[in-house]
Amino acid sequence: MEGLTGLSIVFIALCYGAFSLFLVAFLSKVYGYAVTPSPLKIPTTPAPTTSLGVAGRMAGEVFFFTSLFKGNKWTWLGGYLFHLALAAVLLRHLRYFLDPVPLPVALMTYPGLEPGVWAGVVMIAALVYLFSRRLWVDRVKYISLFADYFILTLIGLIGLSGVLMKFVIRTDVEAVKEFTLGLATLHPVNIPPDPMFIIHLLLVLALVVYFPFSKLMHLGGIFFSPTRTQVDDCREIRHVNPWARN
Amino acid sequence: MAKLNFEVEKLTGEIKIPAINPGATAHVKPNAAKEDHNTGIGFPPSRVENWETKAVEKMGELLGKYKSLRVFMDTCVRCGSCTDKCHYFIGTGDPNNMPVARQELMRKVYRRNFTPGGKLLGNLAGAEEMSENVMDQWNSYFHQCSQCRRCSVYCPYGIDTAEVSMAAREIMNSVGIGQKYCNEILGKVTTVGNNLGLQKAALANTLEFLEEDTEEETGHAVKFPLDVKGADVLLIAPSADFFSSPHIEGLTGYAKVFHEAGVSWTISSYASEFANFGMFIGSFDTMQTVAKRIRDAAQELGVKRIIVGECGHAWRVAYSFWHTLIGPWDFLDPKYQTPTHIAEFTLDLIQRGGLKLDKSANDERVVTFHDSCNVARASRMGDRPGGQFDIPREVIRSVCNNFVEMDENTIREFTYCCGGGGGLLTDELMEIRVKGVSPRAQALHEVMERKGVNTMAAICAICKAQFTKVLPEYGFDMEVVASLHQLVSDAIILGGKPGV
Ligand code: SF4
Ligand code: SF4
Repeated sequence: MEGLTGLSIVFIALCYGAFSLFLVAFLSKVYGYAVTPSPLKIPTTPAPTTSLGVAGRMAGEVFFFTSLFKGNKWTWLGGYLFHLALAAVLLRHLRYFLDPVPLPVALMTYPGLEPGVWAGVVMIAALVYLFSRRLWVDRVKYISLFADYFILTLIGLIGLSGVLMKFVIRTDVEAVKEFTLGLATLHPVNIPPDPMFIIHLLLVLALVVYFPFSKLMHLGGIFFSPTRTQVDDCREIRHVNPWARN
Repeated sequence: MAKLNFEVEKLTGEIKIPAINPGATAHVKPNAAKEDHNTGIGFPPSRVENWETKAVEKMGELLGKYKSLRVFMDTCVRCGSCTDKCHYFIGTGDPNNMPVARQELMRKVYRRNFTPGGKLLGNLAGAEEMSENVMDQWNSYFHQCSQCRRCSVYCPYGIDTAEVSMAAREIMNSVGIGQKYCNEILGKVTTVGNNLGLQKAALANTLEFLEEDTEEETGHAVKFPLDVKGADVLLIAPSADFFSSPHIEGLTGYAKVFHEAGVSWTISSYASEFANFGMFIGSFDTMQTVAKRIRDAAQELGVKRIIVGECGHAWRVAYSFWHTLIGPWDFLDPKYQTPTHIAEFTLDLIQRGGLKLDKSANDERVVTFHDSCNVARASRMGDRPGGQFDIPREVIRSVCNNFVEMDENTIREFTYCCGGGGGLLTDELMEIRVKGVSPRAQALHEVMERKGVNTMAAICAICKAQFTKVLPEYGFDMEVVASLHQLVSDAIILGGKPGV
C-alpha cells in the first residue's frame, strides 16, 4: 500500500467497491430468477421437444436475436450492431487485464487496422441510431423512460471518452495497463492522473453499479425466460408445480 | 344488431399500424363481479380494506411463485419490437394496448415496491405507487388483453404479456375486484359442471335431439352417448358445442368420426365443459378445481382415454397444464396420448383409411383456416413442433378440394387473435372485441377478394362465437365461420368403412 497517492486510494476503493456491488447484486438477482419456481409449462410454441433443441433455440436468441429479427428488422440491425461492436470493444479491453495478451485480444489492436477502435466508433453510431429511434417512432417514444435515454447516453459517453483517448487526447497506455493489471492481480498501483482516463473510468464505474438495478439485467434474465427455456414435452413428462396444494 | 357507438374500420385487405391515440379505449371496462361471483370461487366479496397494500403484497407473493413474472418484470428493455404486434393496439391505437405499455402498468408498481431505484427515485425511475388511478388503468387494460401471446413471439426475451395480465387479474381478484363474466362462469362450472349452468336433463335432451336429427338427415344411427360407464373414450367438449352454431355442427362431426371408427365413447354430465376460465384469471387453484372434475369423471366412468373437442384456450390447459394439474394419468391406457385432440384422432383415422370421405361435398366452399392463438402459440398437436398448424390443415385438405392460406404474417405462430379470447367474450367489451378482430378481418377480406374464399374454419369455441358475432359488423356473412369438424361431417360417407 505504501507509495499510493490519495487519488489512487480513492479510485482503487471505488473500483473494488463497484465491482463487488455488481457481483453481489447481479448474482443475487440471477439466484432469484433461478430459484423461483415455474408452476406450469409455458413455452411459446412451436417449441423444441428436447433439451438439445432448446439449447439451439437459446443460442439463436443469444447470438442472433432471432425473435427481435422477426419483430423489427431495423431495431434488430441497430441492436445487433451495437452488441457486436460492444463485444469487440470489451474483447479489446481485455488487453488491460491480461499479460501476456492472448491472440484474439491482440487482433483487436492489430496495428494499422485497429478493429477494436473502429468497433467503438460503430458502437457509438449504433447508440445514436437507437437514441434517435426513441424520438422518431411515436410508439417507441411513448414507452421510452428516462432510464432508457440515460443508459444510451451513459454508454455513449463511455465510448466517446474511450475513442477520444485514442484519437485526440492520447493517454499513456502503458501507465493505464499497469494500473488495471494491478487491480486485476490485487496488487494495486497508482492511477495515472490523466483527466480523460479518469472520466472514462468514472463513467464505467457508474455503469457497473447501475447495471444490476436496471434493465441491463436482460443479460441474466434471457437465460431464465420460461417461454424460451422450457422444453415442450407436456404430455410425455409430468411437470410438477412445487407449490400446488393438491 | 344493436347499433355501435364507435366506428368500424373499413375493409381494405390491409393491416395498418395506427398512430398512437392515448386513452382511446380507456373507457372500455368489464362489468364488476357481484359479491357471490367472487365468493363462489374463493375471493373476497368486495374491495378489501387497505386494498392497495394487499395488492402489493399479493404481487410480492406472485413474484415468488412465478419465474415468468419475476424475470419479465426485470428484463424488458423497451426495444419496441412488440409495440405493433397486438391486435388491440392495431384496432384501437390506444398506446396502453401496446404489449410493453400494458406490462408497464404493472412494472411501474413493481419498481416502486420491489426495486431500490424505484423506491429511491420514484417517478424518475418510472415507478408509481398502487392507487385508485392505477387500478382503474389495470381494470381497463388488463381486460383488453386476450392473453393470445402474439407479443411473446417477437420479444427478444420471450416476455409474454399474457402472464402479466393473468397475474394482474389474480391480484385484482385477491383484493375483491373481480370481473363478472369470468367469475360468474367459474361459479357455474365448479358447481354445475359447465359454463352455461346446463343441467343434466337439458344436456340429455339436446343430445337426444341431435341423435334424431342426425339419423333423419343421414339415415344412420349415430349416437351421442351421455354418462356411459365403461366407454372407451371420454369426450370433453366446450359446452358451446351443445347448442350454438357452427359449434354444434362440429360436435356432429366428432360423433360421426367416432361412429365410423367404431369406438365406444361418452360425454359426461358431471364434466360437460372443456373451457377452463381459471386460466384467464391467472388462478392456478381455480384452474385445478375446474380441471379436477374431468379427472373425476374419467375415473368414475372407467374410460381408457380422453379426447377433447375444438377449443383454443382449453386445449392449452389440457395439453400444457392438465398433466400438472390433474395428472398423473396412471388410470388411463398408456397406449394413448392424454389428452388427444379430436383433430389428431380424426387425421390418424383418415391416414389409416378408416374414413370414407367425399371431398366434393365441400366443393361449394373455398376454405381458409384461422389458427387459434392458444393452439398456435401455447400447445402442440402430434409429435413434431408445429403439428398444431399442420394437423388441422391436413384434415381440411382431406375433406375439401379448395384450401387457401391467408397472409403469412397472420397465420401459424403469427396468427392474430379473434379478439374475444382471454375472458373478454362479453357484451360490455364489445368495442374492444370489434376493434380487436380488425387484423383478422382484413386478412380474411383479402383472401375473399383475391381468392374467392367463402369459409373460414376455426378450432376454438371462443373464436367461433366471437367471429359470428363481430364479423357481421364489418359486413361479413356470419356463415363464413365453420367448425373444422363441420367440414369433416359434411364429407363423411357414413357406413363407408369398417372401423379401424
Ligand atoms: S419486445 Fe420485449 S423487450 Fe421489447 S419492448 Fe416488448 S416486452 Fe419489452
Ligand atoms: S397477449 Fe395478445 S392481447 Fe395480450 S398484449 Fe400480447 S398481443 Fe396483446
